[in-house]
Amino acid sequence: MLAGWFVALLSAAYLALLFAVARFGDARADGGRSIISANVYALSLAVYCTSWTFFGSVGRATSGGLSFLTIYLGPTLMLLCVTVIVKMIRISKAYRITSIADFIASRYGKSQLLAGMVTVIAVIGVVPYIALQLKAVAASLDVLFEQSGHAVFFWGLDSTFLIALVLALFTILFGTRHLDATERHEGMVAAVAFESVVKLVAFMAVGLFVTYGMFGGLSDLFGKAMASPELGRLLQHDQARAGTWTSLIVLSGLAIILLPRQFQIIVVENVDESHLKRAVWMFPLYLLLINIFVLPLAIGGLLHFSGQGVNPDTFVLTLPLARGAEALALLAFIGGLSAATGMVIVETIALSTMVCNDLAMPLLLRSRWLQAARRQDLSGLLIGIRRAAIVLILLLGYIYFRAAGEAYALVGIGLISFSAVAQFAPVLFGGMYWKQATHAGATAGLLAGFAVWLYTLLLPSFAKSGWIGSGFVEQGLFGIEWLRAQALFGLSGMDEISHCLWWSMLANIACYVVVSLNSTPDAMEASQAERFVDILRHGRRDADARLWRGKTSLGAVVELLERFLGANRAHQQLAIYAAGRGYADWQTLPADAEFVHFAETELAGAIGSASARVMVSSVVQEEDLGLEEVLDILDEATQVRAYSRELEAKQRELEAATAELRAANERLRELDRMKDDFISTVTHELRTPLTSIRALSEMLHEDPRTELTDRKRFLGIIVNEAERLTRLINQILDMAKLESGRAEWTTGDVDIGEVVRESMDSLGQLFREKGVLLAGDFPEHGPVVQADRDRLMQVMINLLSNAVKFVPGDGGRVRVDVGCQGGLVRVVVSDNGPGLTAEECSVIFEKFRQGGNTLTDKPKGTGLGLPISRQIVEYFGGNLWAESRPGEGACFIFTVPLPAPEK
Amino acid sequence: MKRASPTRQRLAALGLLGIPLLTYPLIALPEGTLLGIPASYVYLFGVWAGLIALAALVAERKGK
Repeated sequence: MLAGWFVALLSAAYLALLFAVARFGDARADGGRSIISANVYALSLAVYCTSWTFFGSVGRATSGGLSFLTIYLGPTLMLLCVTVIVKMIRISKAYRITSIADFIASRYGKSQLLAGMVTVIAVIGVVPYIALQLKAVAASLDVLFEQSGHAVFFWGLDSTFLIALVLALFTILFGTRHLDATERHEGMVAAVAFESVVKLVAFMAVGLFVTYGMFGGLSDLFGKAMASPELGRLLQHDQARAGTWTSLIVLSGLAIILLPRQFQIIVVENVDESHLKRAVWMFPLYLLLINIFVLPLAIGGLLHFSGQGVNPDTFVLTLPLARGAEALALLAFIGGLSAATGMVIVETIALSTMVCNDLAMPLLLRSRWLQAARRQDLSGLLIGIRRAAIVLILLLGYIYFRAAGEAYALVGIGLISFSAVAQFAPVLFGGMYWKQATHAGATAGLLAGFAVWLYTLLLPSFAKSGWIGSGFVEQGLFGIEWLRAQALFGLSGMDEISHCLWWSMLANIACYVVVSLNSTPDAMEASQAERFVDILRHGRRDADARLWRGKTSLGAVVELLERFLGANRAHQQLAIYAAGRGYADWQTLPADAEFVHFAETELAGAIGSASARVMVSSVVQEEDLGLEEVLDILDEATQVRAYSRELEAKQRELEAATAELRAANERLRELDRMKDDFISTVTHELRTPLTSIRALSEMLHEDPRTELTDRKRFLGIIVNEAERLTRLINQILDMAKLESGRAEWTTGDVDIGEVVRESMDSLGQLFREKGVLLAGDFPEHGPVVQADRDRLMQVMINLLSNAVKFVPGDGGRVRVDVGCQGGLVRVVVSDNGPGLTAEECSVIFEKFRQGGNTLTDKPKGTGLGLPISRQIVEYFGGNLWAESRPGEGACFIFTVPLPAPEK
Repeated sequence: MKRASPTRQRLAALGLLGIPLLTYPLIALPEGTLLGIPASYVYLFGVWAGLIALAALVAERKGK
């Protein structure tokens, strides 16, 4: 048996538990150990799932089939636009934005008018949504008590009214306990995350119970549904409703950001941007889980209660009760209660902040009473206003419920709210990406959109319940046919939500864009536009300080802070700020532009940016900057940024050029050193033969009595040495020509086989003299290449004469092979001489380096032959190298590319 | 100048992909039943879950 007192006690216990969670969250935040992790943040987003989701989705599914899902698909897609949300969070953090009204007003020149308008639209728009929660809780209580047979025990008072009062009281205790109004509500976020878990568990439990306890699982349920034509329709998509489907996705996608409570949770309460990365998939996952059993519950309810007239919005409760599962029904009731309280708490806190900052404050600031009480601490007053606003908003919700609530199902009421907040979309997103958007344009757009919404959606909802006449809906205003509220200009055949969305967005966007393009922003608007649109691009401080010019005293500004923040908190913030700027004591701070900017931002956190602007300008003598001047400063800032970027690029180029120069210099030094080495080596090489020629000539000159035979021998040596000298000089000249690229080449078709044979013939005598066997394996007419015949001959002769120098006399063998391989002619000269070490194989190609031991043996060549040969071969695109191992003979190989085959 | 992070671009691309997949006419395509469950129901939840899984994969990937 569900006794009334027991339900009341259970509800009270649940609310107390919530309270404890919030206290715990607040205590942790005060202790500096925030419990807001990425997971908590993601779960707190599920404040989106209200009684609408918990009770209303099932009701919606009984009439619209799968279309209830659109309300959850939209947010899934919208959240994936992380870039947009991150930009909103950055802007809000930089300028201490506290609500969506503040955000929009701040963008369009900190306008009080715009802030007030957004607040009014938000309050009027969201009131039906709050009514929905009241209605859902009232209905769920009715179901429980009806079951238990108890009379409603509310002393004649309307139960919904009592629920509204209890929720108001709870929200006041819950969300506005703090005297400092600027803090984030970490406790609230923790409690909301906790509630999200409760409602998910409760709903899944009921879903599992109905699907598997009352029926035989999903396939059984769907099977029964498809057997009946009426239920089978729910499982089919109706192509005719494609428009509704799309517009609901758009609407819910916008609502996930624009509903005041969602803005509060996603943007204002965000502790760390990186938490979004978790939310981007975890929140949609939550939505998916809570929706899996909606359709089964709807079908189950329709099957079970067919023809009994049970309200489908209460199936979540009535189904378990029908099976006597009272504990489960209580769990479902608590789940529904948590869905409602979560929404009401966050929504009313967000709205009360807006009402306080953007409606009450501007009025108060103008009142004489406040002027008289200048010295008073106002932070208490702020809290008082917020509490009154909470009560007021819940009462409005109750009034709407009485006026129109009975005529609509839960989801119908919620969609009216969604359409209202969707009006913020053009102004908000346009403001973030379009600098030309002006205050006048935003005002016009909002007014137009709101007016259309009022006429096509809100007023007809009153008319539907008979509260006001329905003439304008049925016959049109003043009887004019094309002014019918839900078929404006004859646009019919749509559902009322799509109809409203279409016309209101058309009016909104058209007015916003056209008026923006035809108006000029004032100085404040232009600078705010710049700051908002470019928030991700540059550090915001650079132009901020220069955009303010005026005189003030530290005392006046500090007094202002104390009045609105409370003395303690003001001093605390001042101390932190002073420390950040490197001052030991905040009383020594200069009253400069930066300080005023700081004070205004702090105030904005407490009373909204528009009111903060007014208050700050009341205590400082500001010099008005004209629009031209502001634009100049902003342009200058942009130019300075562009210049600095250019400078950076130039610097990078310079660094690269310097590095190149350094490398080139290094290379030049190396070359210089090599040249010095070369010259000293050449000199040395030249001097050796010269010395012997001179010595012998002197001997002949000084001693005329030298024997004829000696004379002949000496002269022979002199001739030989002179020849060697000539050869050396020729080669050096050759080398120099090759290296400087001034060598003369006569390129033509050269038959390699012929060259090899000729060079072997011309050296044949030398080989025979030394008794060395010269053999070869090459075709008569070998491959033909493009080269200089004489030069190739020079290479060949050089290789052969090298070989004959190093092989032992009598028994030495030299062999020449010619072959073609992979587009290259390959000539190999191999011998059976002493061989070379691996190191020598590369060293011998350096100038003046010779094989063998040059210290003990007489040099056998000039040391230039191989370097010259290598240069020649490389000139023709080939390669020359040696392969050898000590004691196994040496192999000199050169390649010359074959001409490309003709096509 | 800062460039949009690749993760955010990937997520936005997923969102754009989701729009045609989760609206008419594609959602009306599946017909009949799958293991006794209507194909349209399976399709919607399947695509939705797929998007969530991909988003989780992109968002939670470390580094880069």
